[in-house]
Amino acid sequence: MKILVCISNVPDTTTRVRFVDNNKKLDTNGIQWVINPWDELSLTRALELKDDPANGIQTVAVAHVGLVSAEPTIRKALAIGADEAFRVNAEPGDAYFVAAQLAEVVKANPFDIIFCGIESSDYNNSAVGGMLAEFLGIPSVSSVSSINIMEGKPVLTREVDGGRETVAVPVPFVAIVQKGIAKEPRIASMRGIMTARTKPIKVLEPVSIEPLTSVQEFELPPARKKCTFVDPENPKQLIELLQNEAKVL
Amino acid sequence: MAVLVYTENWDGSFKKLSFELVSYGANLANMLGKPLVVLSIGNVASAELEKLGNYGARRILSLADPALQVFDSQAYTEAIAQVATREKAEVVVLSNNNLGKAVAPRLSVKLKAGLGAGISKLPLSTSPFVVYKRAFSGNAFAHVEIKTPVRILTLAQNSFGLVENPGTPSIETISVSIDSALVKTSVSEVQKQTGKLLLTDAEIVVSGGRGMKSPDNWGPLVELADLLGGATACSRPVSDEGWRPHEEHTGQTGKIIAPNLYIAVGISGATQHLAGVSSSKVIVAINTDKDAPIFEAAQYGIVGDAMKVLPKLVEAVKEIKHK
Ligand SMILES: Cc1cc2nc3c(=O)[nH]c(=O)nc-3n(C[C@H](O)[C@H](O)[C@H](O)COP(=O)(O)OP(=O)(O)OC[C@H]3O[C@@H](n4cnc5c(N)ncnc54)[C@H](O)[C@@H]3O)c2cc1C
Ligand SMILES: Nc1ncnc2c1ncn2[C@@H]1O[C@H](COP(=O)(O)O)[C@@H](O)[C@H]1O
Repeated sequence: MKILVCISNVPDTTTRVRFVDNNKKLDTNGIQWVINPWDELSLTRALELKDDPANGIQTVAVAHVGLVSAEPTIRKALAIGADEAFRVNAEPGDAYFVAAQLAEVVKANPFDIIFCGIESSDYNNSAVGGMLAEFLGIPSVSSVSSINIMEGKPVLTREVDGGRETVAVPVPFVAIVQKGIAKEPRIASMRGIMTARTKPIKVLEPVSIEPLTSVQEFELPPARKKCTFVDPENPKQLIELLQNEAKVL
Repeated sequence: MAVLVYTENWDGSFKKLSFELVSYGANLANMLGKPLVVLSIGNVASAELEKLGNYGARRILSLADPALQVFDSQAYTEAIAQVATREKAEVVVLSNNNLGKAVAPRLSVKLKAGLGAGISKLPLSTSPFVVYKRAFSGNAFAHVEIKTPVRILTLAQNSFGLVENPGTPSIETISVSIDSALVKTSVSEVQKQTGKLLLTDAEIVVSGGRGMKSPDNWGPLVELADLLGGATACSRPVSDEGWRPHEEHTGQTGKIIAPNLYIAVGISGATQHLAGVSSSKVIVAINTDKDAPIFEAAQYGIVGDAMKVLPKLVEAVKEIKHK
């Protein structure tokens, strides 16, 4: 079996975002770019599955739609342990555009299990995984919190509102992952970093697709009101404020 | 032309999430000057369907198909797409809960309809069609133009609220044609979380962090949540340590919630935590460290030891309830 992990390149989660160009663009000055946290966990789980020869995983590849500036993030994925990488050389337009490009990658290079994260921490669309599956006409399982291979077949746990379910779907499919998929992200070893340099990044040119949406502008959240402090000896006052001033009780 | 809202039911009954979706759909339909059509999938009794009438539903389509008994994202996409096409829907609205996130992107491709995901307001304008959504994990919002004649929206839970607009809906039983071979998902085990209020549904949430010190100290926090009719939550390290169940973990990598009141106890307020709770209407923080970043997000704060403050809060709430 072959696994593909789709990775998006996002600002480190502690970044204080700022915008330029009339709030149309992210100010990339001083931003540290990382693998989207979900994708890092998907990659970790894919490699864990590959570690056990009984699972019969031959390759773990990663794919990214983005410009050459994202290559350090792709190299990091290779250093963590991915065998090969695909990069579609295009500005990652909207989710529809990205998914359409990824679909072309998969059509040319078939995979059995395709991992996507539940959302990328920049545009928070929760979209690419489902869109990719629909472009390919294959099943998708969402909110996946665990995946194992049992007797050669993937078995997944998915979260549903009010519980969780153990499910199976035939390969190929897209697993859209969330919390639980792996505990801690795997980190690159010294050896991994050395070998990553020689691993291939296949650069593909994009197919022509019009995005369906575009960001007109960004805005920062409204400034919060200053905090009103209440005497710790008299928390009753807090309850009164919540009742009479904030009116939430 | 219409606005189509997909409402979800749990074993035949609706939760607040569906009433909120209908409220949103009714207001959106009004804004566009188009009728609202509400779709329900599964076996739901008429009396339950009629409840949607309280929030503006006047025409309800009820669909029960054996192929839709198990949730399979392809089959649900096919069913909703057929209804959307038949009704000439120009906007299809789903929740951004687990099911909505699974279906909406597929629907977007199937109908070649631009997706606005996790929106929290009515469109900023309808021509061009511009929606308002969370971006950068709550650190910003984006105005996103959807350029297609058909649009798919997923509504962030608890962002719009309930808007009453009572009336008696007509209920039509409809069918779709779905090849059962399309259903590829098989479910071998279901674990239900019974009785408990869903965290994403709760209007009041009391949440604990590492400042709670040990899993044994949670008594007064849980009691406070119960007294307020709310749910309990926690920070990531707390669920990682196994002090509290994983379902309670809020934040960027956990649940994203927007209750009316979020009480953060012994939580420092890391950006990744705030990413999951910053849309709460009112945040209260209880923390021993007056410089903890959580106080920057909080509207009310108590600088003090949770072990001492929580029991006093419990007493204060009990006193007020007695009155
Ligand atoms: C990629 C990534 C994703 C993450 N996702 C999440 C996420 O989804 N959710 C999340 O929560 N975290 C997340 N984190 C972790 C996050 O960065 C913080 O480490 C975490 O939120 C801290 O949890 P805490 O506030 O409970 O603990 P701490 O930061 O240790 O804070 C404990 C607080 O309790 C206070 N305190 C101590 N004793 C008392 C007392 N007796 N009474 C009252 N207050 C007391 C302290 O002053 C302190 O402010 C993520 C991190 C990364 C890198
Ligand atoms: N530019 C991209 N290249 C490759 N995969 C992506 C890209 N953007 C998003 N993804 C994948 O889609 C998931 C969800 O992202 P989104 O739909 O943007 O919230 C991510 O976790 C990735 O797995």
